[in-house]
Amino acid sequence: MAAVHDDHAHGHGHGHEHGHDDHAHGPPKGMMRWLTTTNHKDIGTMYLWFSFSMFIVGGLMAFGIRAELFQPGMQLMTPEFFNSLTTNHGLIMVFGAIMPAFVGFANWQVPMMIGAPDMAFARMNNWSFWLLPPAALLLVAAFFVPGGAGAGGWTFYPPLSVQMGMGMDMMIFAVHILGASSIMGSINIITTILNMRAPGMTLMKMPLFVWTWLITAYLLVLVMPVLAGTVTMLLTDRHFGTNFFNAAGGGDPIMFQHIFWFFGHPEVYIMILPAFGIVSEILPTFSRKPLFGYSSMVYATASIAILSCVVWAHHMFTVGMPVTAQLFFMYATMLIAVPTGVKVFNWTATMWQGSMSFETPMLFAIGFIFLFTIGGFSGVVCAVVPVDIQVQETYYVIAHFHYVLVSGSLFALFGGVYYWLPKWTGHMYDESLGKLHFWMSMVFFNVTFFVQHFLGLAGMPRRVPDYALQFADFNMISSIGAFGFGLSQLIFLAAVVKCIRGGKKAEAKPWEGATTLEWDLPSPAPYHSWVTPPVVK
Amino acid sequence: MSSKAAATLLGILAIALYSGLGMAAADPYQLNFTEPASAIASQIYDQHIMLLWICLAIFIGVFGVMLYSLLNHRKSLGYKAANFHHSTTVEIIWTVIPFIILIAMAYPATKTVIAMKDTSNPDITIKVTGYQWQWGYDYLVGEGAGISFISRSTTTLDQRNNKAPKDEFYMLRADKPLVVPIGKRVRVLVTANDVIHAWWVPAFGVKQDAIPGFIRDAWFQADKVGTFVGQCTELCGKDHGFMPIVVEVMEPAQYTQWVAEQKAQSAAAVVDVNKVFTLDELKAAGEKVYAGNCAACHQANGQGIPGTFVALDGSKVATGPKAEHINIVVNGGKAGSAMAAFKHLSDVEIAAVVTYERNAWSNMTGDVVQPSEINAFRK
Repeated sequence: MAAVHDDHAHGHGHGHEHGHDDHAHGPPKGMMRWLTTTNHKDIGTMYLWFSFSMFIVGGLMAFGIRAELFQPGMQLMTPEFFNSLTTNHGLIMVFGAIMPAFVGFANWQVPMMIGAPDMAFARMNNWSFWLLPPAALLLVAAFFVPGGAGAGGWTFYPPLSVQMGMGMDMMIFAVHILGASSIMGSINIITTILNMRAPGMTLMKMPLFVWTWLITAYLLVLVMPVLAGTVTMLLTDRHFGTNFFNAAGGGDPIMFQHIFWFFGHPEVYIMILPAFGIVSEILPTFSRKPLFGYSSMVYATASIAILSCVVWAHHMFTVGMPVTAQLFFMYATMLIAVPTGVKVFNWTATMWQGSMSFETPMLFAIGFIFLFTIGGFSGVVCAVVPVDIQVQETYYVIAHFHYVLVSGSLFALFGGVYYWLPKWTGHMYDESLGKLHFWMSMVFFNVTFFVQHFLGLAGMPRRVPDYALQFADFNMISSIGAFGFGLSQLIFLAAVVKCIRGGKKAEAKPWEGATTLEWDLPSPAPYHSWVTPPVVK
Repeated sequence: MSSKAAATLLGILAIALYSGLGMAAADPYQLNFTEPASAIASQIYDQHIMLLWICLAIFIGVFGVMLYSLLNHRKSLGYKAANFHHSTTVEIIWTVIPFIILIAMAYPATKTVIAMKDTSNPDITIKVTGYQWQWGYDYLVGEGAGISFISRSTTTLDQRNNKAPKDEFYMLRADKPLVVPIGKRVRVLVTANDVIHAWWVPAFGVKQDAIPGFIRDAWFQADKVGTFVGQCTELCGKDHGFMPIVVEVMEPAQYTQWVAEQKAQSAAAVVDVNKVFTLDELKAAGEKVYAGNCAACHQANGQGIPGTFVALDGSKVATGPKAEHINIVVNGGKAGSAMAAFKHLSDVEIAAVVTYERNAWSNMTGDVVQPSEINAFRK
C-alpha cells in the first residue's frame, strides 16, 4: 500500500508542474497543443484519429485488391502493384490501424479506469505518438520510389524480400520506428498500471480492460524487439553482405520465418486481448449484471498470452518440419481453444439472466462474440495439421484471420468507441446512425469473408492477382461485400463527427449498468481527471 | 451470378450443407475440398468433415443458449437481472469438456501426420524445383529415371490481359505435366532455385514449400487416373499466380509407354556441343527460349519494366563483352538482384538465348555464341 501512495504522490506532483502553465486555462490553443501535449486524453485522441486515417488508407488498398479480383483476368493493375497492395494493406492495418487504436484506448481509459491523473511517463507518451506519422509516411511514400513499395507480403519472407527495391528498406525502417513506438507505449502502460492505481484498487479489482492491456503490454515488450532484430538481419542481408537467410552463404531462409513468427503469433494476441477487455466491459454494462467469472477471465487471458509464445510454427506447417515439431505445434495450438472457449462461455453466462438492452456498443459486442467464435472454429480447423496442409496459404486462411481481426478486433474497437464517446465528448452519439453502422458492417462483412472459406477449400491460393474461372462468382460476391463494408465505415465517421460537434448532453454515467471508475467523472471528462485519487473499497 | 448465386448463398448459410458435397472438378459453387485422389487426401477430407460437425454442434449449443437469452432476458420485457457472477463447478466443467473434444480431434490427425511424414520405400523419386515462375521436374530413381523437363503455364499474356478468350483451364494447365503411374508411391524432393515456392496438389493432399538451398521431401500415391491441378502457394513474386502444378496420373502400361517416348525424344534432342550453328538458327531457337524464360520480366520487346526489371534492348550487358553476358545468364545477377541463375538450361539453349539477346531489337552486335563456348564457360 505504501508503494501505491508514494507513486501516487509522484503522479500528483507531476500534474502540478504542468498545472503551472495550463491548469487554470486548459490546454494551449492551435497546433502547439497537439505537438507538445503530455495529456493522456489529447494523446489518446491523436492515436485514435491517426489509426482511423490509416484504416482509410489500408481500406483503400483493400478496395484496389477487391476491384482487381472482381473478375478474372488483369483489369486495373500489374501483378507487381497488386502484390504491393496486399503487402501494405496487411502491414498498415496491423501496425497503423489496429495497434495504435488500442493504444489510443489505453491512453484515454487506463488512467481514468484506475483513478490515475495521467500516464506515468507523460513526455515519453508524446514521443511514442509522434513517431507514428513519420513511419506512416515511409510506408505510403514507398509507393512512389523506383521499384514501388515492398511486394513480398507483410511477412517479409526472404529471399523474395531481398529481391525488392528500396521500397523494402522503407518498409523495414517503418517497422523499426513503429516497434520503438510500441515498446515505449507498453512500458508506459505497464508502469502506469502497476504504480498509479487508486488506493484500494488491488490487481484483482482492476477492470478487465486494464488487465488485458497489462498482459498485452508485456507481450509487446517481449516480442517487438524480436521483430526489430529479424528485420535488421534482413536489412544487412540486403545491403551489407551478410547471409543470415541465404543458404548459399550458410544461412537459412526458414530461420527468418521462425524468428518472424515468434513475434508474429503473439502479435495476433496483442491485437485481440484488448478487444476481449473492451467486450468484457461492454457486456456487463448492458446486461446490468456483473461479469461472470472475473478471475477465470484474468487467468484465461494470461494463459492465452503464455501459450501464444509456443505456437508460432503453426504458420509454417508446410515448410517441412520434423514430425515431432508438427505434432508439438499442433497440440499447443489446439490447447489455445480451451482458454478462448472459457472466455466465450463466460460472456454467454454474463448475458444469461441479465436485463439486456441493445444500444450500439452492445450490438458490436454481441456481433464480436458471434463472429469471433466462427473465426475460432476455423482456427481449430487450421490447427489440425493434415487439414492445414490443404488450407495453408489459401483463401481459407484469409477468411479465418479476417473473422478474428475485423469482426474480432475491429468490431470490439467500434463497440468501445460508441461505449466511451459520451465520456470523451460529453455528447450522446446518434443511436440510429450507430445501429445502421453496425448492421451494414455485420451484413457486408459476412458477404465479403464467408465465401472466402469456400474459395480456399476449393483451392484458390492467397496473394494471387488472378484466378481460374471456377472461382469467379464467389470472388465477385466477395468484392461486392468489400465495397459495401468499406462504404459503411463512412457512417461511422459521420456518427463520430456528429457526436463531437453536438448532440444530447451526456450524463456522467449515461449507461445505467456501468460500474467502472471513469463513469464517476463528469462528461466530458475534465482535461485533468483524478487529480485527487478516488478510494476504491 | 444472379438467382443461382442467391440460391447458393442461402445454401451457404445452412452450414449443415457443408457435409457430403462431393463436387466435380470445376464447379463454380464448390463448397468443399477437391475430391480426393489419394488415401491421405481422403483422410484429410474426412477429418475436415468431422471437425465441421463438432464445430456445428458447439455452435448450436453455445449460440442456442445465447439466442434464448437474447430473446428472453431483455430489459424491454421487464426481465430483472440476476446477480450471480461465478460458479467454480461450471467453470471447471467447461474447461474440461473442450479439452476432451480436442483430444478426440487430435487423435486421428496425429495418425495422418505420421503417415504423411513417412517418405520411406518410394517406387519413384522425382526432384521438383521451383523457378520464378515455372516448375522443373527431374526423375531421379525408379521407372523413368533420367527424364527431366520444365513445366510452364500455357496461359498466355493475352488471356491474362483479356485480349484472348479464357476457357475452363485458364491458369490451370501446363505445357508438360508431371506424369506418374497410378498406385505407386511417389516421393518428391522439393527445392527451389530463387525464392520460396510451394508445390501443392490438393487431390493428393500434398503441399510442400520449395526452399532455395534446401531439399524437403513429401510423398503421394494417386489412386485415380486423370489430370490433377494445384497452384503455387507461397508468394514468389509477380507471376506467383501463374505457375500451375499439373499432374497426369496414368495406368502403369501407359506410363511405361510415356517413359519410352520421353527417352526417345531426349536421345534425339541430344546435340553435340561442338556442333556449329548459324546466327539465324540460334536466333530462332533463342527467341523461343527467351519467351519461355525471360519475357516474363524483361518483356517480349526487351524493354523490361522501368524501375523493376532492366531493359535488355540497348543494355550494356547485352551489347558489351560476351563473357559477362553469359555469366549473368548462367549464374544470375549480383546478390540481392531479382535476376535468377539459368544454369539448368542446356548449353544449346543458353547459347541460343544469348545470341538472340545480342541480336534482337536494336541490339546489332552480330555476335554468335556457340554451345561450345557455354560448355567451356561452365568448366
